[in-house]
Amino acid sequence: MAILSTPRSAVQLASRGRPLKEHLFRIALLASLAIAIVFLAMLIIYVVEEGWPRLDATLWENQPSIRRPETAGIQSGIFGTLWIIGLTALMALPTGILAAIYLEEYADKSKWYNRLIELNISNLAAVPSIVYGILGLGMIARWMQFGFTIMTGAITISLLVLPIVIISAREAIRAVPASIREGSLALGATQWQTIYRQVLPASIPGIATGSILALSRAIGEAAPFLMLGAATLVRFNPEGVWSSFSVLPLQIYSFITRPQEEFAILAAAAIVVLLAILLLMNSVAIWLRNRYQKRW
Amino acid sequence: MAAQHLKTASGASRSLARSRPRYGEAAVKVVLLLAALVSIATTVGIVAALLEPTIEFFGEVSLGEFFGSTTWGPLFNPPAFGVWPIIVATVEITLIAIVVAVPLGLAAAIYLSEYATPRVRKIFKPVLEVLAGVPTVVFGFFALTFVTPVLQDVLPFLDLEAKNALSAGLLVGVMIIPIVASLSEDSMAAVPNGLREGSYALGASKMLTSVRVVVPAAFSGIVAAIILAVSRAAGETMIVAIAGGFKSVFTIYPGNEMATMAAFIAQAGSGDASVGSTAYKTIFAVGSLLFIMTFAMNYVSARMVQKYREVYD
Repeated sequence: MAILSTPRSAVQLASRGRPLKEHLFRIALLASLAIAIVFLAMLIIYVVEEGWPRLDATLWENQPSIRRPETAGIQSGIFGTLWIIGLTALMALPTGILAAIYLEEYADKSKWYNRLIELNISNLAAVPSIVYGILGLGMIARWMQFGFTIMTGAITISLLVLPIVIISAREAIRAVPASIREGSLALGATQWQTIYRQVLPASIPGIATGSILALSRAIGEAAPFLMLGAATLVRFNPEGVWSSFSVLPLQIYSFITRPQEEFAILAAAAIVVLLAILLLMNSVAIWLRNRYQKRW
Repeated sequence: MAAQHLKTASGASRSLARSRPRYGEAAVKVVLLLAALVSIATTVGIVAALLEPTIEFFGEVSLGEFFGSTTWGPLFNPPAFGVWPIIVATVEITLIAIVVAVPLGLAAAIYLSEYATPRVRKIFKPVLEVLAGVPTVVFGFFALTFVTPVLQDVLPFLDLEAKNALSAGLLVGVMIIPIVASLSEDSMAAVPNGLREGSYALGASKMLTSVRVVVPAAFSGIVAAIILAVSRAAGETMIVAIAGGFKSVFTIYPGNEMATMAAFIAQAGSGDASVGSTAYKTIFAVGSLLFIMTFAMNYVSARMVQKYREVYD
């Protein structure tokens, strides 16, 4: 790795010529970054202020209701989201991590099919989520006849986050230096033993960070569920993987589309819950990265 | 750099390890390959899901009507299938988003890569990650209930409708700032220090070095980031569905309500079209168009990175 810091003395020599312009440029750059941050702060303050009257126990004790927005809750959405995320973690994380191991440790880049897999993954990472909704609707709900169930939703979301899991796991695996592998192989370990006992343990923090960020993307996703018949205000909690369901972001969407002011407050309160969950997950991911990331 | 060392090293050691057949090792490789092939199956599944209804759709609605007329209303009676209004709306909202995100994202990237101390970077990068993790329904809600009313108050002459392309586009722009910023920063960080030092040695200031040396050296990565951001903006659904609305009028005035392609899919797909009807098949036709557009952009972006990447070692 190249050294990234610039020599102090060089900077001081260079900036003596046009200090004002240099300062303005620096301020403009900082201002651009500040705009994004101030915006984020405004957004959070706004939803907390809007949703404050409804941030109480009834929010998660009650089910959504069209007739009584002032006491309606989001319980079915929270349970639906938990089911979807649990199943997504079970399906997408192992598949994604295994695929990442293949691409980093085994794949021969001179073979056309390995290059195709790589190109395909980077393409899939940028396919709009609504198109994954069409995939879920056309292939999983109708062709495989899984219907509008938790299972359909979880498979769809798993496929959606899979490229993200693969890409971040690959980065974590790539960060493990070759000398670790060489040492293990030199001691007589097979390639899989090397991966399983050396490479994976060393890259677990990075993989965990990426996985948490991928799952937090899955929690916030609403568009695919619009296509999967989860749009209505479900008034019961899911009982199994073949149960119909709703998820929190979609309930928020359906609250937003209603004209009454009470629904806007309810939507804001539900957004606060959603953001709190996501912020928590993000903090855990960032903490993991800072705490366990090794510099080789 | 490091990745290449690794490749040659593990390649050499692999030939040593493979002196006699190990069936367990081979089985592991097959399982791993199968996991990687799930991604290929996903693409095949998307194409399969889109293809059949799209072909059926064009059996019922001619290509000439689809691309040749400018009235869109598959859910109306009588229906109209001129796709241009939703294409124009998609392009317009994407343009607004790019105007917001490219300058802000690029400036943030230059700051983080060239100016920020490691400590400052450690604070700002997570904030950008949090911004990237905000669900799009939240941005949509903010656009509809906060940004639009504020714009209506501050700029009354714009004559904004309650749902409009401007607010939707602005928020889509905010949504893609982290994409532009973090991918551009990655490619700027990959520019070797020798180039910066050479520039300083010739007497260039920090600003000149950033703008004339680092940014051009990282250009392919920056363009790839922007293309990726464009494709994310074009496919964004919840923000445009909530704050941009579902009305399809052939207009370019951003103060009007206008439905994008993704917004139409969301509207028709969430139950407004009955299964098997022409309107229902329209979802898949528009989906195909959106998929082809974003796929083409992603492909160009990936190739840009592969082909024009300056390799410094």
